Amino acid sequence: MDVPELRVTPAPDTTVRYAGASGDFNPIHLDDEFARSVGLPGRILHGLWTMAQVARAQTEAADGPEKLRRLSVQFRGLGLPGEEIVVTSTVRETADGRAVVNVEAVQEDRRLIRRAVAELDLDAA
Amino acid sequence: MPVKVDAAGKIYAPVTYAVGREKIREYARAVGETHPLHHDLEAARQAGHPDLVAPPMFAVVYTSAAIAGALFDPELEIDFAHLLHTGQEFVWGPLVVAGDEITTETEVKDVSERGGVAFYVFETRSTNERGELVCTGTWTNAVRGA
Repeated sequence: MDVPELRVTPAPDTTVRYAGASGDFNPIHLDDEFARSVGLPGRILHGLWTMAQVARAQTEAADGPEKLRRLSVQFRGLGLPGEEIVVTSTVRETADGRAVVNVEAVQEDRRLIRRAVAELDLDAA
Repeated sequence: MPVKVDAAGKIYAPVTYAVGREKIREYARAVGETHPLHHDLEAARQAGHPDLVAPPMFAVVYTSAAIAGALFDPELEIDFAHLLHTGQEFVWGPLVVAGDEITTETEVKDVSERGGVAFYVFETRSTNERGELVCTGTWTNAVRGA
C-alpha cells in the first residue's frame, strides 16, 4: 500500500465553483477587494476544498470512495488560487486490511493542512 | 466578551438534505474527483449502487445547513469577523448515493477559552433514510480576541 503524492493547482475559478457546490459563499473566498479589506492577501481557498484534495489523494490511491473511513485535519496556512498544492502521504501502519496514513498539504512554503490522519479500509467494497 | 461555556450539550433540531445526482456531479467536478462512481450512472449501477455515489467529502454539502444553524445560533454569540475553521474530522459509514435523504443533528460538544482564544467544537451526526449513520463530523472553530 502506497499513497502517491498529489499535485493540484487551483484555477482562478476554483473558489467560485466550490462556493456553488458547497454553499459556502463567504466573500473572503470570492472577492479580492473584500478579502484585502479584512487583512488577507486576496481571496483564499476554502479549507474544506483543500481537505477534499487530501481525501482525493487517499481514495485515488485506494481506488474507491468506500475505502476512506476517517479523515481528520488541522487547517493552518492560507491557500491561494493559482499556486500548486502538494499533498504528501506517508503510510504509518497497515494491518488486517486497514491502513493509517499521515498527510500534509503544502503550497509554496505554507503548510495549509498539517497533522492530517486518514484511515483506509482496503477491503471495503 | 465572555465565552458562552454553558452551551455545551445543546442539540439543534435535525435538518434533512435530499441528495441529487447532478449535485454529486457538480461537487465532484469542483474538487477534481474523476472516479466514474461519481459521474457515470452505468458504472455506478454495474458496481451495485442504485445511483451515483457521493465522494466522502460531500459530507460538507449534506451537513451544510445543519452546521450553519449552529454557527449562527445567536445564543452562542460567535464573533464571525474573527472566526477561523481550525480543525475537521469526518468518520464515514455506508456510502451516500443520489436519492438518499440525509438527516443531520448538530450538538455543541465543547466551548472553551485558552489564552484569549475561544474554541467552539460541534459534532454533526448524519443518518440516511434507513437510519444508518453515514457520517460523524467534528468541527473545531476558533475566535481570536475572546
